[in-house]
Amino acid sequence: MRSHAGLTSVYTDTVGADVETVDGRGGSQSRLGRMTRAQPLGAVGAVILLTMVVIAVAAPVVAPFDPTLGDPAALYAPPGPPYWLGTDAFGRDIASRLIYGARVSLLIGLGTSLLGVAVGAALGTVAAYRGQWTDSIIQRAMDALLAFPMLLLALAMATMLGPSIENVIVSLAVPIVPRAARVVRSSVLVLRSTPFVEASRAIGCGDMRIIVRHIVPNTLAPLLVIATAYLGLAIVQEAALDYLGAGIQEPQASWGLMLSGSATSLALTAPWIVIFPGLAICLAVLAANLVGDAIRDLLDPRLRRDY
Amino acid sequence: MLAYLTQRLAVGAVSLFGVAVAVFLIMRVIPGDAAVMLSGAGGGVVSEQELQDVRHKLGLDRPLPVQFADWAAKVAVLQLGTSLRTGNRVIDDAARRFPYTLQIVVMAMVLAVVGGIPLGVLSAYRAGSWLDQGLRLVSIGGLAAPSFWIGLIIILGLIWLFEWSAPLVWEPFWVSPLQSLSQLVWPALAVGFRQLALIARMTRSMMLEVLGEDYVRTARAKGVAEASVVLRHGLQNALLPVVTVIGFEFSALFGGLIVTESVFSVPGLGQYVVDSILNRDYPAAQGIVLILASFVVVSNVTVDMMYGWLDPRVRVQDA
Repeated sequence: MRSHAGLTSVYTDTVGADVETVDGRGGSQSRLGRMTRAQPLGAVGAVILLTMVVIAVAAPVVAPFDPTLGDPAALYAPPGPPYWLGTDAFGRDIASRLIYGARVSLLIGLGTSLLGVAVGAALGTVAAYRGQWTDSIIQRAMDALLAFPMLLLALAMATMLGPSIENVIVSLAVPIVPRAARVVRSSVLVLRSTPFVEASRAIGCGDMRIIVRHIVPNTLAPLLVIATAYLGLAIVQEAALDYLGAGIQEPQASWGLMLSGSATSLALTAPWIVIFPGLAICLAVLAANLVGDAIRDLLDPRLRRDY
Repeated sequence: MLAYLTQRLAVGAVSLFGVAVAVFLIMRVIPGDAAVMLSGAGGGVVSEQELQDVRHKLGLDRPLPVQFADWAAKVAVLQLGTSLRTGNRVIDDAARRFPYTLQIVVMAMVLAVVGGIPLGVLSAYRAGSWLDQGLRLVSIGGLAAPSFWIGLIIILGLIWLFEWSAPLVWEPFWVSPLQSLSQLVWPALAVGFRQLALIARMTRSMMLEVLGEDYVRTARAKGVAEASVVLRHGLQNALLPVVTVIGFEFSALFGGLIVTESVFSVPGLGQYVVDSILNRDYPAAQGIVLILASFVVVSNVTVDMMYGWLDPRVRVQDA
């Protein structure tokens, strides 16, 4: 409850200020309308993501065919009725597999970025707040983790933990932890010496109370920003894990898994098998990036970077 | 400058130590006993006594710090053990495969820098033009598309256009440079596309900022040639953050390569480490992961040093 209130106030402040200075209007509009006008691309991204979530949740209703049952009479069927995006080597409908695959991608993407950012935030906050040797130890550990290419670390973890949705989420979240910790640490370092934190210490607040009531609510803006930024990355990395065979296993449908056939042999016979799942990944990642950029601009213009 | 250099090197050394500890711990803390894997490889039931023997032979029954010291001493002189899968020494396997990986990384970076920086400069100079808009579209797309999928699409395109087929023999660069370049340019393009997009966008925004500075106006006012204004006054000052991004992207490149090499079946370190990990070939996986992570540390330290060299303010502040 607390944190939610803190977040809302941060974001109305910035949104309001932003819109009013930009076009001088917006007082009578709804908040959603103002946000849409300030960040049209972000709104497009949000609509795409929401549509994907709805389709994923309603998969059994929306999908025209069973994603795991193939039609032996229609192996490698080209796009056209009744298989609008074609079928794969087992005669399974690509469109239905994409719809069910959206469940995996979105669930793992969201789970991964939330878990990674939450753990990273906790470590970063403790490191910056305690300082001294606590900070040094956490920092060195994070530095070491940062040296591993994200996918390599995730692949090693996923293989050893074994393939399941929970394990894939944990494996992909590990490389995000040091990156989130770094961002949070630097903002807590600044917060720690602000007058309002010093004031609460002066009136006798304990460390726990200062962290939970005064510091954490003020790190929520950058946290939300990096959480959305890592959403797209998590979707890509999940697809890569599935592609390599360390993630979701057949016959379950996932976008990365759908790509894992041999492109060289499919190019002439059934290129749609390779093209559509990749487009789905691109669309999801693009939407996540657009939303992430918009949230970053709305919440914290200081973090704005154009690349 | 010397103080700055030693400080950066020290940070790098500490990171390398941390990397070694992390690799060591990941391989041991995670469930799945190497002894069980090793002795269970042939199938059949393994008795507790046999397990004990294997553990003793591998030294797994000793305290962790002792195991680590022992392992680190070997690693320090590049004794990475023998691959369970190929039967070769891990260091030999790595040495044979490394040139391909290095060549792809270098080619990808060259493509990204040679393509990205001029594109970024041009689109900043002609901000709002069709070139600028087009670039924006491409870079947004480039940042959203997974590199392994770009690789798959490149393969599709090559097959459609040139009836291409995956090379049976990947020529090392020193055997036939031209053929090697033409074989590896596709994986390099797949993995470097993202970096190209990133560098172009970054260069564009830095150039926009710099071109608005007073000293650029002064240069123009005193009649400096336009090319010199853009390149010497503009680009030189805009390049600093770009260099940082390039440096940090090396880590991302190695990450992207892991899948892309498998997509193109390039016999490089990336494909080797994936196969080792997936087949639980612990000595090989451990060794290659360590090598790759060390590269990242070294490249980060190098970037820090270049940063200090390019911008004297940094080394004064830090030292």
